[in-house]
Amino acid sequence: MQREAAIREPLILGDKSYKDITDDVVGPIQGDAPIGWKIMITISSIIAVYGVGCILYLLGTGIGVWGLNKTVGWAWDITNFVWWVGIGHAGTLISAVLLLFRQKWRMAINRSAEAMTIFAVIMAAIFPGIHMGRIWVSYWVLPLPNQFGSLWVNFNSPLLWDVFAISTYFSVSLVFWYIGLIPDFATIRDRMTKPFAKKVYGFLSFGWSGRAKHWNRFEEVSLVLAGIATPLVFSVHSIVSMDFATSVIPGWHTTIFPPYFVSGAVFSGFAMVQTLLLIMRKGMKLENYIHVKHVEYMNIVIIVTGSIVGVAYLTELFISWYSGVEYESYAFINRFSGPYSWAYWIMMTCNVISPQLFWFKKIRRSLVATFALSIVVNIGMWFERYVIIVTSIHRDYDPSSWGEFHPTNIDIGVFIGTLGIFFTLFLGFARFFPVLALNELKTILKSSGENYKKAQENN
Amino acid sequence: MNKVFHVMYDDDDTLKDAASALVAKGIRVKDVFSPFPVHGIDPIIGVKRTRLGIAAFMYATTGTTLALLGMWYFMISDWPMNIGGKPSFSLIENLPAFIPVTFEFSVLCGAHGMAITYLLRNGTLPGMPASNPDPRTTDDKFVMEITTEQNTLSADELEAAIKETPLFELSTKDYK
Repeated sequence: MQREAAIREPLILGDKSYKDITDDVVGPIQGDAPIGWKIMITISSIIAVYGVGCILYLLGTGIGVWGLNKTVGWAWDITNFVWWVGIGHAGTLISAVLLLFRQKWRMAINRSAEAMTIFAVIMAAIFPGIHMGRIWVSYWVLPLPNQFGSLWVNFNSPLLWDVFAISTYFSVSLVFWYIGLIPDFATIRDRMTKPFAKKVYGFLSFGWSGRAKHWNRFEEVSLVLAGIATPLVFSVHSIVSMDFATSVIPGWHTTIFPPYFVSGAVFSGFAMVQTLLLIMRKGMKLENYIHVKHVEYMNIVIIVTGSIVGVAYLTELFISWYSGVEYESYAFINRFSGPYSWAYWIMMTCNVISPQLFWFKKIRRSLVATFALSIVVNIGMWFERYVIIVTSIHRDYDPSSWGEFHPTNIDIGVFIGTLGIFFTLFLGFARFFPVLALNELKTILKSSGENYKKAQENN
Repeated sequence: MNKVFHVMYDDDDTLKDAASALVAKGIRVKDVFSPFPVHGIDPIIGVKRTRLGIAAFMYATTGTTLALLGMWYFMISDWPMNIGGKPSFSLIENLPAFIPVTFEFSVLCGAHGMAITYLLRNGTLPGMPASNPDPRTTDDKFVMEITTEQNTLSADELEAAIKETPLFELSTKDYK
């Protein structure tokens, strides 16, 4: 049997057996919904409905209902898109990259982080979809034979690369997530007593029986999918960054964008995981599985990626001066001292200064501080995209075209609405899905369970 | 009349030891049902490593080929477009711009091809009935399946050998 050093903190606390793990996760699904859950889902679905209303109004009227103008033709829509895709990065990083690195602490958080990824990517996909204005012709982004003659989509354009990147990322993450879910749905199926629920989970579990050969294949599939999802994580946000970096707008035309966007994405993704999991572990009584050590590990990832983002901000500033390009240096001087300097300084404070607090062990291991800082980081990362996008284009080459962006109620409504849809989906997941990867957690119980580790020490 | 034994154990290590002991006596274990992958059971009961990884590689290279072929047809052969003077008359010259889509499409084909093959080979598809002998095998129990059909020993001899292992429960069924 695999042993773990005694000095390592156990990953599963308390006196747990295999059965306890099943009961702790399946119990809440069998029981009635707690009142807190009902309140939360009511609020989030009301917001979601409002958001859907705003989207329908937008589609019916045209994107003129947004605050976009001739100079600032891209604003909240693309900011929200990049923000949501960035959040989506943590899930696959946790389940794929950490699997390759054999990081066992991922097992308590990968399921919900991946759910978060999938829902976040759905939210992201809404924005380019509705930004087309005529969503009913959105199939034009695909290389399909058409009535216009031999006209194909442009494979030289990063916007088209994005179509392929986001759809691949979404569908591969979904498949990866579902393959892990199948055995756990089987566990729920075999525990359910109500015939209807048993039927539904039976259908979802695809008749999984846990045969040795099936587990053998399961592990191979998980490993290979992790192997190919890892470069996918890095490619998706690199391509998103190229939407900007390959254009010739001062402030966007930067070669450091891909690594800078990827670390920013992981940074914001982990912050959102913290926000969601700190509530979920309390609400669903999962404190023994997702505990201070897990939070600390995630905070360490936040310091590392946050610092990379900080270095990227400073590098951008330095290079804009060092390049000697007047337009480039103006774009950056304008960022920190122009009309949008308030947004720039919110971004700097939230993303560069606040995560550095995690160097203190007390703060890194404090759940309250982590929750507060995770929200600060979420806000900061939204402003990062806003700053990059709006401040770079609101000053045109031609000063007579200089303008500003003012969001309308529909801009705000659509953004808040996606938050509502996201939380509704996530709450639905927390209620009906196995929120911990049961089959994976059981494999580490003997090497990393508190009771087993104590017994080992006493031997 | 053939007999099938479902031998239940309540621990993965006990199961592995028992399987080794039985295999040492020349008994063939047909299958093992467990709530999670029990590492080390495969070589004992003779489960070979899956070839799904090779399949994934083949799907992915198919994706690479299709993507390059498609882009060559759309952008070079059928309708070369002059976009900002970028090279548009040969695949090799235009290749750097085609790499992202080639990569994404390879991953798409590799991942989905592998997942579909995995589900088909397992026979785990929407609506399929479960075949685990006991609902507890998806919770905390481990079941070994042994049949008289696959073994030269008689049913009684098999039962005696099985009962020497520290089992939790034993159920026997007849089948034709």
